[in-house]
Amino acid sequence: MSLTVAYAALATGIIVWIVLVTRFRAKPWEKQVAATPEGGAFPFSPKRVGLWVFLAVITSLFCLFVSAYYMRMGQHAGHGMPGGGVGDWAAIRDPSILWFNTVLLILGSVAMQWARSAVARGQAEQTRVCLFAAGLLTIAFLIGQWLAWRELRYSELFSPANPAVAFFYVLTAVHGLHLLGGLVVWARTLVRSLRKDVELIDVRLSVELTTVYWHYLLLVWLGLFAVLLST
Amino acid sequence: MAFVAIADRDHEHALHDPQSFIRKYIWSQDHKVIAIQYALVATAIGLVALVMSVLMRLQLGFPDTFNFIAPQEYYQYITMHGMIMVIYLLTALFLGGFGNYLIPLMLGSRDMVFPYLNMLSFWVYLLAVLVLVASFFVPGGPTGAGWTLYPPQAVLPGTPGASWGIICMLASLAIFIVAFTMGGLNYATTILQARCRGMTFMRMPLSIWGIFMATILGLLAFPALFVSAIMMALDAVVGTSFFMPAISSMGETTRYSGGSPLLFQHLFWFFGHPEVYIVALPAFGIVSDLLSTHARRNIFGYRMMVWAILAIGCLSFVVWAHHMYVSGMNPYFGFFFATTTLIIAVPTAIKVYNWVLTIWRGDVHLTVPMLFAIGFIFTFINGGLTGLFLGNVTVDVPLSGTYFVVAHFHMVMGLSPIMVVFGAIYHWYPKITGRMFDERLGKLHFWLTFVGAYCIFLPMHYLGILGVPRRYYGYPDAIQFIPPSVHEANQWISISAMIVAATQLVFLYNLIHSYFKGPVADGNPWRATTLEWQTPETPPKHGNWGKELPEVHRWAYDYSVPGAPQDFIPQNVPHSETTPAGREHGVPT
Amino acid sequence: MTIAIALIVLVVATVLFHFLSPWWFTPIASNWQTVDSTVDVTFWVTGVVFVAVNLFLAYAIIRYRHRKGNKAHYEPENKKLEWWLTGITSVGIAAMLAPGLSVWANFVTVPEGADVVEVLGQQWAWTYRFPGKDGQLGASDANLISVDNPFGMDPNDPVGQDDHLVASPELHLPIDRPVKILLRAKDVNHQFAVPQFRVKMDMVPGMVTYFWLTPTRTGEFDVLCEQLCGVAHFAMRGRVVVDKQEDFETWLAAQPTFERTLMASKGDAEAGKALFTACTACHGAQGEGNRELNAPKLSGQSDWYLVRQLQSFKGGVRGAHEQDTYAKQMIPFATMLADDTAIKNVVAYIKTLPEVRPAASVVGDPVRGRELYQTCTSCHGAKAQGIWATNAPRLSNMSDWYMARQLRNFRDGIRGGHPQDFHGAQMRSMTQILADDATIADVLDYVRTL
Repeated sequence: MSLTVAYAALATGIIVWIVLVTRFRAKPWEKQVAATPEGGAFPFSPKRVGLWVFLAVITSLFCLFVSAYYMRMGQHAGHGMPGGGVGDWAAIRDPSILWFNTVLLILGSVAMQWARSAVARGQAEQTRVCLFAAGLLTIAFLIGQWLAWRELRYSELFSPANPAVAFFYVLTAVHGLHLLGGLVVWARTLVRSLRKDVELIDVRLSVELTTVYWHYLLLVWLGLFAVLLST
Repeated sequence: MAFVAIADRDHEHALHDPQSFIRKYIWSQDHKVIAIQYALVATAIGLVALVMSVLMRLQLGFPDTFNFIAPQEYYQYITMHGMIMVIYLLTALFLGGFGNYLIPLMLGSRDMVFPYLNMLSFWVYLLAVLVLVASFFVPGGPTGAGWTLYPPQAVLPGTPGASWGIICMLASLAIFIVAFTMGGLNYATTILQARCRGMTFMRMPLSIWGIFMATILGLLAFPALFVSAIMMALDAVVGTSFFMPAISSMGETTRYSGGSPLLFQHLFWFFGHPEVYIVALPAFGIVSDLLSTHARRNIFGYRMMVWAILAIGCLSFVVWAHHMYVSGMNPYFGFFFATTTLIIAVPTAIKVYNWVLTIWRGDVHLTVPMLFAIGFIFTFINGGLTGLFLGNVTVDVPLSGTYFVVAHFHMVMGLSPIMVVFGAIYHWYPKITGRMFDERLGKLHFWLTFVGAYCIFLPMHYLGILGVPRRYYGYPDAIQFIPPSVHEANQWISISAMIVAATQLVFLYNLIHSYFKGPVADGNPWRATTLEWQTPETPPKHGNWGKELPEVHRWAYDYSVPGAPQDFIPQNVPHSETTPAGREHGVPT
Repeated sequence: MTIAIALIVLVVATVLFHFLSPWWFTPIASNWQTVDSTVDVTFWVTGVVFVAVNLFLAYAIIRYRHRKGNKAHYEPENKKLEWWLTGITSVGIAAMLAPGLSVWANFVTVPEGADVVEVLGQQWAWTYRFPGKDGQLGASDANLISVDNPFGMDPNDPVGQDDHLVASPELHLPIDRPVKILLRAKDVNHQFAVPQFRVKMDMVPGMVTYFWLTPTRTGEFDVLCEQLCGVAHFAMRGRVVVDKQEDFETWLAAQPTFERTLMASKGDAEAGKALFTACTACHGAQGEGNRELNAPKLSGQSDWYLVRQLQSFKGGVRGAHEQDTYAKQMIPFATMLADDTAIKNVVAYIKTLPEVRPAASVVGDPVRGRELYQTCTSCHGAKAQGIWATNAPRLSNMSDWYMARQLRNFRDGIRGGHPQDFHGAQMRSMTQILADDATIADVLDYVRTL
C-alpha cells in the first residue's frame, strides 16, 4: 500500500506543482498587467495530455495490483495483528518463455520508436513498415504470454488456490488487455497510414502517441516481470 | 495559442448543429446534453435508492406493522441504497452532470476536448446502471453484503445475493469505473488544455477547482475499487484465495485458504476515503460560487480556498484506514491514521470559515439557491465536527458500528452534498432550461428538506452514543440497554424521513412544471460574473459561444467592486470598460 | 431572515437536546473511563465550535441581509484573520488528538499477566474458550471444524487438551482482573461488542485479533455483533456475566475441557431403546408423533437438536413460560433421563428409527410460502434439512401442526423468552416476519414440498 500512497502523493504533487508554475502566488483579483493573456494551457495537443492523464490512471492501477501482491504475500505481517495466518504462498518457477517474450516486447518498442522517427522525417514507407513490425512483434508477445499461461496451467504447481499462480495470471492478463487496447489504436493508425487520401502529417500525432503508450507498457511489463522474478 | 486553435479546429465540423432528434438528444456529443442525460439517469436510479430508504425506515419505525419486509430484503435495501447514493447518484451527478455542464461553459470552451469519448462515457455509465438494476432480477436478488461488500461474507451463503447478486454488483462497478475513467480523462484534459484566453488557473471559479481535484482523486482512487472488484470476482467464480482464508461456512469446509479479508478492506477504503472527497470537493467548489454570487461578495480568501482543496485532495490518500480502527488491522496504525485524519480537519475548517466570512459583510440575497447553500454550511459544520469524533481513534472505538456513524456520514456526505445539488440545480436551472422555477415551491422544498433531515439525523447521533448498533433489521426488546424510548425515536425518525422523501416530489414537480410553464429567464438572472452566464443564447446552443470564444480579463469574483457601476463585473469584461487601473486592488477600508 | 432565526433555533434546540435527551453512554463496566473522558473533551471542543460558528453565521445573515442601497464589502482576503483562524483550529484539534493518542497507547499495550479468553464467532452465535491450567490455548484450524469438533481444535495438540470449551453464547468473566480477549471467526467477519465495556474489535476469519479490558462491575451485559455478518446479523447475540472471582471459578470448573468432550459418549442406541419405551406412549413406537396427544414426530430430526431440547426441558429452559402448557407436559419425561449419557443414548436410538412421512394437516399457499421461506434458508437450509452450524433443526418431513404451534409460540413470546434460551431468542426475532397464522401456514405448506 505504501507504494500506492507514494504514487498518489507524487501524482497530487504534480498537480500542486502545475498550480505553482502557473503563478499561484499571483493575486488573481489584481489587474494583471504583464500576465500572459493565454489561458496558461500547456503547449501540447489535448490528445497528448489526455494520454498522459490516462497513463497516470494505469500507473495507479498497476501500483495497486503490485501493492496487493506484496500485501498478500506478506500476509498479516504488515497490516494485520500479529499472530495467526498460514503462509500458503508457494512460489512458482516463472515460465522461461517470459524472457523471450520480454525481448519481443522490447523489439516492438524499438520498432515503434523507429516508426516515430520515420514519421518525423516524413518517410511514409518506412513508417508503415516499422509500424507494421511493431504490431506483429506485440502480437507475438501476446501469443508468447498465452504459451506461458499454458505452460503454467499444466505444471504441477498449478492451483487457483495458490496466490502466486492466481497473481501471475491476473497481472499478465491485465497487462495483456492494455496491450490489446493499444493494438486497436495501432490498427486504426496503420489503416490510416495505408490510405492514399490521408497525408503522413495527419497520422504523425497518432504514431507518436502510440509510441509513448508502447514504451509505457514495456516499462510496466519490465516492472511486473521484475516483481514476478524476484518472488 | 496553438492548443486552443486545435481545440477550435476540432469543433469546426461539430459546429454544424446536428438537426435530427437522435443525433441531438440521444447520441449527442454536446456536453450539455450529456450532462442532462447523466443527471436524468442518476436522478432516476437515485429515486430507487430513496424508495429503499423509506422501506428501511418503515421496517425500523414500525417493525410489527410492515412485516412484509424480510431481513434479507432489508439488507439488500441497505446495500443498494448506500451503493447507489454514493456511486451511481452523487459521483455521477457531480462529475458526469455538473462537471460536464459547467467545465466547458465556465472555462469558455466550446465543448469537452474529446466529445466522442464523453458520449461513450455516458452510455457506458448507463450500462453500469442497467447491470445494477438487473441484479434485482437475478436468482437470489441483489447483494446484501453492505455497500462495503466485505469478503468473506459477500460471497458466502448467509448473505443475500451471494451467488448472482454480488457478481452483478462487481461487474456494474467495473463498468462504472470504465465510464468514469473516460469521463474523467475528459474533465481533467479539458480543464488543463481548453481554457479560453485569459483563463489562468487562478482565475478559475472554485466550482472548477473542486471538480478538477475530485476528478484527479477519482482517476487515481477508482482503480483500487477496480482491483478489488476483479480479485473478489475471481475468488467467487474461479476459486482463488485473494481475500478468502480457510473458512468453515454453514458447517462445511470451503476450498479457500490463506487469503486476507483485511487486504480487501485496505483496497476498498483506499478508494472509499477519496470517494468521500470525490463527492465533497465538487460540492465545496459549487457552494463557494453560490455563496459568492448570492451574497454579492467576492469569495473570501480565494487562494486559501484553492490551497485547501489541494491539501484535502492530497491528504485524502493517507487517511483511509480510519475506517478500519476496529477492523483487526495492526492497532499501531491507529496512531498514524488518527493524526493524518485530524490534520485534514484544518483545511476543511478553513473552508468553512471562508464561506461564513463570505456572507459576513456581504449583501445577502436569500434566494432559493442561497438558502440551500446556507443549509449546507449548517449541515456540513455538524457532519464535519462529528467526523472529529470518528477520526480520533480512541473516540471512534465506542462509536463505530453504531447509529452515530450512520448519522455522521449522512450529515457529511449525504445531506450536505445533496443540499448543494439542490442549490446548484435551482441556481443553474434558468441557464439550462431558459426558464425560472417557482420560487415558493423551491422554498417549501428547502424548508421541509432542511429541517426534516435534521430531525432525522440529530437523534441518531444520540442513539449511537447509547450504543444502538447500525445495520440491525430489528431491535428485539431483549437488548437490555435499549430503552423503549429508542423505539419512539425510531418512529419519529421514520416519519421525518417519509416527509423529507415526499418533499422531493415537490422538487420534481417544480422542475418539470417550470420547464413548460415557468416564466422565461433572463440570460443572467443572478447577475453573476462567471462565463456560463455570459453566453450569447440561453440555453446555450451547441458550441456555446457563437462565432467567437470569450476572453477572460479578471477573476471570477468581482462582486461589489468599489467604483464599479454595477455590483458585479463579468469575467469577460476588460478592465478598460470598468474602473481606472489600480482602483480594484481590493484594499480593505 | 427566517433562515437566520431557524439557524439560531436549531442551535439552541441541538444544545437542549444534548442535555435533555434520555440517550447517553450506558453506565460503564470496564476500566476504560479514559475513553469516555476523551469523548467528553471532544464534545466540548466541537460543541463550542458548533455554537460559535453557527451563531456567527446567523448574525452575519441578519446584519448583512439585502436591503435597498446595501453594498457588499470588497475584500479578497485577510491574511491575518485567516492565519489566526488556522492557528486556533490547530490548537483545538491538538487538544482532541493528544488525549486520544495517549489513551490509544494504553489500548495497544496489554498489561502483563492478563488473563486470556478466546471468543469464537460464527454465523450467528458466540462460543468461548478458556485455557486450562497451563494458561495456553491449544492450536486450532478452520478446516478441522465439524459437528463433533465445533471449535476446530487440533486433537493432537497437547496444549489444547485442558482448554475449557464454552458452547453457550454466555461468557463469564471475573471482576477486576485484566483480560486479553482473543477473537477468532469461523466464517465471516464479526465484531465482539459490549457497549458497557466501550472497547471492541472485529473478528476476522484467518487471523486472531484482540483487545483488552478489566471488568469493573458485576452484572449481565449484552454482547452484540457490530460487523455486518449476514441475514441474522441482528439476531447474533450473547451475554457477558461479570462475576466475583469465586463464582467465576465455580462456573469455569463446570465447563467441559476439550479432553472430556473427546471422551464423551456418542450415545448407545441399545441402551437408548429401553429408555425410549417411556416416550412411545405419546410419540409412538417409531417416533412418528401423535397429533391427538400433542407429541411431534421425532424420527429423522437432527440428533444434536434433540439432545439440546431434552437438556432444555430438563433444565427448565424450555417450558418456562406459563402458557407453554405442552412443553410443561414434556418436562417430567425429560427429567426421567438421569444424565447427558442417558439423553445421548435415547437420541442415538431415535436416530435408528425408520423415516415415515407425517400426514399433512396445515394448508396454505405454498407459492407465497416459498417467498417467505427465503429468509429461513439461511439457517435451516434450502431443503429445510437443518444445519448444525447455525443451530437450526431439520424442518422437512416433520410434524407441521407442531411447527405451526412453535412458530406461533416464538412469535407471541411463549417460547424463546428464557434468558438461557439464546437460540430460541434468535428464532423469536426471525418470526417478526410472520404476521398471522395464514402466513405460518403458507410457509409450512411450502416446507412440506421440500
